Amino acid sequence: MKRLLGASVPLGAALLAFVLGSIMILALGENPISGASAIFEGAFGTGDRFAVTAVRATPLLLVGIGITIAFRASVINIGGEGQIIAGALLSTIVALLVPDTPRIILIPLVMVAGMIGGGIWGAIPGALKAYASVNEILSTVMLNIVAVQLMNFLLRGPMIDPIEKNGSRIPQTERLSDNAAMPTLVDGTRLHLGVVIAALAAVAVYIILWRTPLGFRLRAVGHNPDAARAAGISVERNITLAMAMSGALSGLAGVMLVFGSESLRLVTDGGAAGFTGSAGFNGIVAALFGGLHPLWTIPSSFLFGALLTGATQLQRALQIPAALAVALNGLIVLFVVSSDRLRGWLDGRLNQGAFDNETAELRESRNNSTDQQSEAADPHNATP
Amino acid sequence: MSEFFTLSVLIATFASAVRLAVPYLLAALGETIGQRSGVLNLGVDGVMLLSAFGAYYTVIETGSHLLGVGVGLLIGLFMGVVYAVVTVHLHAKQGISGIGIFLFGLGFSDLLSQELVGAIQPIKKLPSLAKLPFVGGIFEPLEDIKYIGELLFSHNLMTYVAFALVPIVTWMMNRTTFGLNIKAVGENPQAADSLGVSVERTRFFAILIGNTLAGLAGATLSLQLGVFQQNLTNGLGFIAVALVYFGAWRAKWVMAGAMLYGLVTATRLQWQARDIIPNSASDLAAMTPALITILALVLLAKRVRGPAALTKPFTRH
Repeated sequence: MKRLLGASVPLGAALLAFVLGSIMILALGENPISGASAIFEGAFGTGDRFAVTAVRATPLLLVGIGITIAFRASVINIGGEGQIIAGALLSTIVALLVPDTPRIILIPLVMVAGMIGGGIWGAIPGALKAYASVNEILSTVMLNIVAVQLMNFLLRGPMIDPIEKNGSRIPQTERLSDNAAMPTLVDGTRLHLGVVIAALAAVAVYIILWRTPLGFRLRAVGHNPDAARAAGISVERNITLAMAMSGALSGLAGVMLVFGSESLRLVTDGGAAGFTGSAGFNGIVAALFGGLHPLWTIPSSFLFGALLTGATQLQRALQIPAALAVALNGLIVLFVVSSDRLRGWLDGRLNQGAFDNETAELRESRNNSTDQQSEAADPHNATP
Repeated sequence: MSEFFTLSVLIATFASAVRLAVPYLLAALGETIGQRSGVLNLGVDGVMLLSAFGAYYTVIETGSHLLGVGVGLLIGLFMGVVYAVVTVHLHAKQGISGIGIFLFGLGFSDLLSQELVGAIQPIKKLPSLAKLPFVGGIFEPLEDIKYIGELLFSHNLMTYVAFALVPIVTWMMNRTTFGLNIKAVGENPQAADSLGVSVERTRFFAILIGNTLAGLAGATLSLQLGVFQQNLTNGLGFIAVALVYFGAWRAKWVMAGAMLYGLVTATRLQWQARDIIPNSASDLAAMTPALITILALVLLAKRVRGPAALTKPFTRH
């Protein structure tokens, strides 16, 4: 029964979000059923759209499994946006510096560069938390701002496309080397190697977290830092490491956004979301929805990729702004994080009979206890 | 550079710094009250976006700034109820549920503005004191005083409200039963509970006030700028949360932080307008507040202690 309830949480959250989404579509004067079918059509309608959904899910998955590592070590990483940008910037710089490197070397090279960029951007707040007790939520948010401005500066100044420099000054790089582009898997679609890499990364993160001493240490630190320290585990080093790994995976997501894109360049519109598509936040949603489990995050991010891709179709077919998907994501987060206690209540309700019997026995055994004590044992007085 | 250091330009910069600080100040004061009760609200930015749009749309429809601010306030209040139920009663993880509120606000305000307004249309901005109906005449001569008028009397009403709230919040936190209860449930909820203070109710109202102020901050932002667009706040609400740590959970230091942010931004805009720094370098300059905040956090983290029960839901044993 407990197992069943465990699965019911994301499903219940999805159902509630679906109902609320339907209400919103209704309020906008459209039929929710045609809205839902437009989303489904947009996400899975053709082979190519299916591929776009998978490509859209890729950064969500990479950010999501990174978030999972950090959360398992009890570090809240809200810096996905900044880490994506840092990874994208460093990998783009590498591609600009050595464009003629053969493909077989350049692709791994930009991926490593992206992971280093994102890794550094994650390690900074990790180290600040571990060694200087700086709240990681705040430092990651601040580093998001710094990363965006750094990107704006570089793309308007030193890294701007030479054609744009004297032209309309659109802040973007020149088209990057074709040797660095993510190889397409199915001709005629946008499905690229990054999708497979992200899925493999999820499996790797699962293995690291639950099958290696490193993962054990990270989870031990997250579970009970004092006990971990007593067992000789360096809490500081593992917190920094968790954030570095988390950032590296977000950085890799940045690589996919640049080198998996059709335009094959880094563009900014002045904000973070213009480039990342809020993947740094939506990845958190995907990870939470996947129960902070790397393998469950695979279908979960695919689902959110579908929602985002489908929302574009919703806008095209019914003129309902795609921002609906972002609002729904927010609601899903609220439902999932609120559900723990709701589930507890549900659990209590289901086991009510047993619970009452138990209390009765308890009362019996405390026959000679004072009134006050038996009152405290009364389940109707205790907060659930 | 020398043209920047003339008295009139410096005064103009400072006066605009005061106005720019207002949304930060309102939101950060609200967050201070919430955090003092032990609840972290990361959703400020989302609440601000919703209120900013609500106020903007109300002004488009009715032309009344007063109604606009009122709608912003009510949206803040409503989001406060939502957040309070989610965190206080359902014990949701506070960092993450804040992100949920943020995403909802980001998406929903964008959705509404595309549906209801479409292309960005400017509205009339909040008027200065002298332009207020009925009482404006009193302030007209004051605003005309050289330098001092611009510095002290050229602002809109919300600016004075925001700065007046600083001593009010300080007084409330230190001198009223409600304020002392807030601090008690943020420091040691078990002890407060055993003395008969309802932890849940105190936190509920603290969050309500906090979100209402975030709503006011959002309304002020869009009405000061006279526009609304997607992600208008651009992370302002997150900075407001950081300002609370920056100001060590005390209203006057939070105000100092908000002023610093206003001043850095005003200086950057002034330099940009006067071509003292090139456009691309202004992106680098825009980083400085965030970098200053990180530095301040590093310096303060081990010296200043926040509310002991911050982010910890309360369960009675």
